[in-house]
Amino acid sequence: MNSTEIIEKFRTAARDPFHCVRSLKKEKHCPVVGYTCTYFPEEIVLAAEAHPLRLFGESGMVLKADAHIQAYGCSLARSVFEDALSGQLDFLDVMAFPHSCDTMQRLSDIWRLNIKNTVHLDLLFPVHLKSEAAGDYLKAVLERFKKELEQALQTEISGSALSGAISLTNRIRSALHSLYRIRAAAPERISGSDLNRVVRGCMILDRSTAADLLETLADELGSVNFPAGKQPVKRLLLSGGACLHPDIHDIIEQQGGAVVWDDLCTGNRYFDTPVPDGPSPVSAIAERFLDRAVCPAKHSGIDRRGKELSELVSKYEINGVIFLLLKFCDPHGFDYPDLKATLEEAGVPSLFLEVESGKPVDGPTRTRVETFLQILNQQEPMT
Amino acid sequence: MSKKDFKKSAAYMESVPKMKKIMRNYYLKAKYARYLGRKVAWITSGGPVEPLIAMGIIPVYPENHGAMIGVSRTGVKLCEVAEGMGYSTDLCSYARADIGCSAAGGGPIGGLPKPDMLICCNNICGTVLKWYEIQARKFRVPLFIFDTPFVHTEFTKEAKTYVDRQVEDYIRFLETVMKKKFPRDKMNVVGKRSVEAMRLWQQVLDTATAKPAPLTAFDAFFHLALIVTLRGTRTVLRYYRFLLDELNRRVENGIGMVKTEQYRFLWDNLPIWHRMRWLSRTFAARNAALVADTYTSAWCGTVDHIDENDFLGSMGEAYTRIYLNIGVDKMAEKVLNMIDKYEVDGLVMHSNRSCKPYSFGQYDIRRIVQEKRGLPVLILESDMVDARKFSEAQAETRIDAFMEMVGQK
Ligand code: SF4
Ligand code: SF4
Repeated sequence: MNSTEIIEKFRTAARDPFHCVRSLKKEKHCPVVGYTCTYFPEEIVLAAEAHPLRLFGESGMVLKADAHIQAYGCSLARSVFEDALSGQLDFLDVMAFPHSCDTMQRLSDIWRLNIKNTVHLDLLFPVHLKSEAAGDYLKAVLERFKKELEQALQTEISGSALSGAISLTNRIRSALHSLYRIRAAAPERISGSDLNRVVRGCMILDRSTAADLLETLADELGSVNFPAGKQPVKRLLLSGGACLHPDIHDIIEQQGGAVVWDDLCTGNRYFDTPVPDGPSPVSAIAERFLDRAVCPAKHSGIDRRGKELSELVSKYEINGVIFLLLKFCDPHGFDYPDLKATLEEAGVPSLFLEVESGKPVDGPTRTRVETFLQILNQQEPMT
Repeated sequence: MSKKDFKKSAAYMESVPKMKKIMRNYYLKAKYARYLGRKVAWITSGGPVEPLIAMGIIPVYPENHGAMIGVSRTGVKLCEVAEGMGYSTDLCSYARADIGCSAAGGGPIGGLPKPDMLICCNNICGTVLKWYEIQARKFRVPLFIFDTPFVHTEFTKEAKTYVDRQVEDYIRFLETVMKKKFPRDKMNVVGKRSVEAMRLWQQVLDTATAKPAPLTAFDAFFHLALIVTLRGTRTVLRYYRFLLDELNRRVENGIGMVKTEQYRFLWDNLPIWHRMRWLSRTFAARNAALVADTYTSAWCGTVDHIDENDFLGSMGEAYTRIYLNIGVDKMAEKVLNMIDKYEVDGLVMHSNRSCKPYSFGQYDIRRIVQEKRGLPVLILESDMVDARKFSEAQAETRIDAFMEMVGQK
């Protein structure tokens, strides 16, 4: 398969994830486990021979969910719930809520009270990731999830299945990392919007298929001799939660910019750290959660996010950062001003955008991106 | 009404000026802590304050300060300062007001004393975690996080171990910051006082089961400040005993806070601090008393989980099981219990844009209340501090429609 065909597969998955997973379920007769956050042990699900599906909310219009969550809930939570209420998620066998923000925490309750045809599991992760007690607790939470999943799916998860699942997800992480590096070095080889769909596709497609596709894609894009980039490109970094707006990349690229790295749930935070070798698979998964790029809904020291962002900025020679936040998102909203200040100190300009999941980037937002790029372009060209 | 007339009216309570004096002294002491050689800790409203009291640290509550900001109607200005710094208007207005106030000063008491340490317990929300991180970066003081796993359906064994271990971490943190040993004997005394204060507070709230109710939720919001800020001290016990006596006398004499009490309602969520007077008048004018609320009872709701002879050993669990840290169905159960206990005719819910953990789930609670008790439910959209998110005209129309439904029952 060539790179275009592979990318098309990811595009299809991202365009209609539910159709994709329904077919997969029919074909493989595997149970499907829905989940809502990158702090989720996909490995345990895979080891149970089930299929993990990250939900992003596909419903653009929220009608039914309005009767359960106020309009000041983030569009992600509201539209995920709309999907559930409108029956689009009836193929789920298990719905799992890893603890993240206040909104998701309440959504879990509301879901449990209203959606009756799935097994409902909560993963009560610690919020604090920096204490010994939290580390031990995290392991216990994962063990509990494993047990509850075994019960729900009437199966047993062996140590070797878990190790196999860890190798598989690590393959995905490592291949995504390679793709990101290719893009960082030569942005013209894969568009930002496609890379966004590729990452999202990894949370939708059968994971071993995804790993194979990714590896082939990385090989092809990495080896083919592309003509060198024609013009100096402004190198941008996208920071925020889940990016469901591939169109933002097109706007940026039309203005001669390119997102060459990100700090997103649908990006860096999904793949940045592999599961290490550990004394036991479950402890190793826990180790990764404690180490990986931190999300604002978790605590790993007061300066960690700022430091991580600064490191990415200098490592990938970033000219400007775009904060892409979902409206009403508290964790990201609270982090933004200090992150912006950190960037300012380093002389890196940034732009703040608020978007809603399920809705295309609107006119004013497009104009702001264009203006930001124009300002960046007026600055000294890159050498 | 002249001062003299007011003193003779049913609304007058001797406790009120007493309470104001205690709060004034408390804030004075906190403001001059440095000169008194005392350390100040900022702590979240649901946080474990007793170890601080035992250690002689002065606890300060940004949320209580937020409430004062709301009442004094300086909230919008302070929120705007934070918004100018990049904080979205959709974030909790307590946090915005506090961040604005620490940056630019202002507010009813000219800002809080600077903290020597920050104690954040996320049993009320994830907002406080972010808020305290921001303040820890600003003030560069040690931050302790007491992480209480959410209790959707059960309080798990591993969660129990986790919170118990954190109690020990907390003590070690205080010992390190204060450079002295934690006084366990003193802790026993403080723990017992705290439990007694919670029981007294419950009794205070329970007086509202009387008809007419000797106090309303609006009064409870006011008298609440002490159980939040100074629980574990003798002052609180003395004050609540005094208040309880006064309320009991009112009950004996049949004095209600709303003279014409005909309808009784239960309030849900935080108060709308900037419209307290307006709301209490609007309801009273319709012969309605808000006799109880889910908010003020949160500070005594878990008293049964505390072993007063082993406060430290049981406090982890008690702090984890508080009202905001439990599932929506469990909240609904508590609401139903309160409906029965206070014999109310309807439920008034404040859908509070600031407080997502309190507000999301309200629609389902409304449904449960309607199904199980057949009571009318009113939802008022607002924000506890940010007055821009409230319209009197709209609220009044809704209240009238609600009263009509209640009247038809
Ligand atoms: S977008 Fe923000 S508020 Fe919404 S679910 Fe994610 S973290 Fe929570
Ligand atoms: S009002 Fe709600 S969101 Fe704000 S600090 Fe209190 S509990 Fe947290």
